[in-house]
Amino acid sequence: MSLKRTPLFTSHQQAGARIVDFGGWEMPVQYTGIVAEHKCVREAVGIFDISHMGEVRIAGAAAKTFLNHLLTNDIEKLFPGQGQYTIMCNETGGAVDDLYAYRIDAMEYLLVINASRIDEDMAWMEKQLKAFPQADQVKLENLSDQMGAVAIQGPNSAALLDQLFQGPSIAETHPDRPSELEKNELGKFLLSTDEVIVSRTGYTGEDGFEVVAANDVIVPFWEKALALGVAHGLQPIGLGARDTLRTEMCYPLYGHELDESTSPIEAGIGFFVALDKECFNGKEAMAQQKAEGPTKKLIAFKMTGKSAPPRPHYPIYAGGEKIGETTSGTLSPSLNNGVGLGFVPPEFAKADTEIEIEIRNRRFPAVTVRKPIYKKPS
Amino acid sequence: MSSKVPEDLRFAESHEWLRIEDGIGTVGISDHAQQELTDIVFVELPEVGRQLAAGEACAVVESVKTASDIYSPASGEITAVNPDLDADPANVNTDAYGAGWFFKLKLSDESEAEKLKSPADYKAQIEG
Repeated sequence: MSLKRTPLFTSHQQAGARIVDFGGWEMPVQYTGIVAEHKCVREAVGIFDISHMGEVRIAGAAAKTFLNHLLTNDIEKLFPGQGQYTIMCNETGGAVDDLYAYRIDAMEYLLVINASRIDEDMAWMEKQLKAFPQADQVKLENLSDQMGAVAIQGPNSAALLDQLFQGPSIAETHPDRPSELEKNELGKFLLSTDEVIVSRTGYTGEDGFEVVAANDVIVPFWEKALALGVAHGLQPIGLGARDTLRTEMCYPLYGHELDESTSPIEAGIGFFVALDKECFNGKEAMAQQKAEGPTKKLIAFKMTGKSAPPRPHYPIYAGGEKIGETTSGTLSPSLNNGVGLGFVPPEFAKADTEIEIEIRNRRFPAVTVRKPIYKKPS
Repeated sequence: MSSKVPEDLRFAESHEWLRIEDGIGTVGISDHAQQELTDIVFVELPEVGRQLAAGEACAVVESVKTASDIYSPASGEITAVNPDLDADPANVNTDAYGAGWFFKLKLSDESEAEKLKSPADYKAQIEG
């Protein structure tokens, strides 16, 4: 099976990127090096190709009701021009995907979903729609093949976005410029004559924006951003640094901290599950988990002695017994220390619990820490 | 990007280098290899006194993204390991043939070096 490419593939090659297979896509894992790229995002600004991600449009008079059944967060909270992080769960509370849901206008929503789950999400949503009483008032469209996306993240991102888009927004929120978007707000701006969606969100823990546009707008946007970005210290950033940035923030990565047999409650993101909503997929299972306490809990940890970096699927030990497994792990470029995430029984999930991580048959000391592992210096 | 290939060394196909002086072999990884790995964050070295066979996996080099096995280019007993790599694994990136050395071996059979690649052959391998 041949690998897929985003519109920016040639741009990545020209920039000297190291290209790898990421879930069926040829994507840049790094350009100059993961540590330098990571620090660039934390200290200046970085630009990421996220065009492999999926975009789904859901519109119609019953779109809101359908989405509130489908997703854990309360979509009623969204005004046009607002988005929220949310999870799509199955009947046992396991995650089908984690995603962002944006309200574009009164009866139109845009979902931004994981690249690795586009087919699964569409199959799931189509199945749910078939069983939905007001299905004739909901239109479900997979726009993933027609749209691309780019993330710009870092302290200098707002200044750069304002230079890229000479506002004002043409969507409901009408800010004059991207820097006036609140967190989780979105606006539609014009790149010359092309409409582009700009949302103030990201996956790095820094201030940042995600830009969604038709495929043929992505390359001109990327090139304009690189040109104007020089003055702001902009560098292109690969998936390697994307992973170290989100791991430091303890953001889940689907397939690691979330999967079809792991619920948002177990993954510690119950904040995004509105259990007081009338009914939605997985509500009963998750309400029970919340009431009784989940049987596994996601911890964040730091290595406390000299060791090789922790990585996913390494055993976690406490008191000489294996208690769980890591789901993510890396050398944190910001802290210059090994850090990671993993699932353990609830009695080991408190912060400051001493554990060991087994790396190539040797155990090294670590300690559980509060999330996020990386806190911005104030 | 072109990389340095010193003339006084022998090279394994798996990118380790060997320098022989008075029956002692010094081992490290090539400039090409450190460029491929980029930021090296950890090096796991073998114990002094261990007997190695040529081709045996004996060390691990870790970058942020990957862990790679290092194979001894020759047979012998380990007489020394680089004490500075613990604190400064980045020496492998900045000075792969000098400060970034991994370990030294008392060679059991110097003729093994003939099975390794000459600098010209290694250059051809990495540029080919």
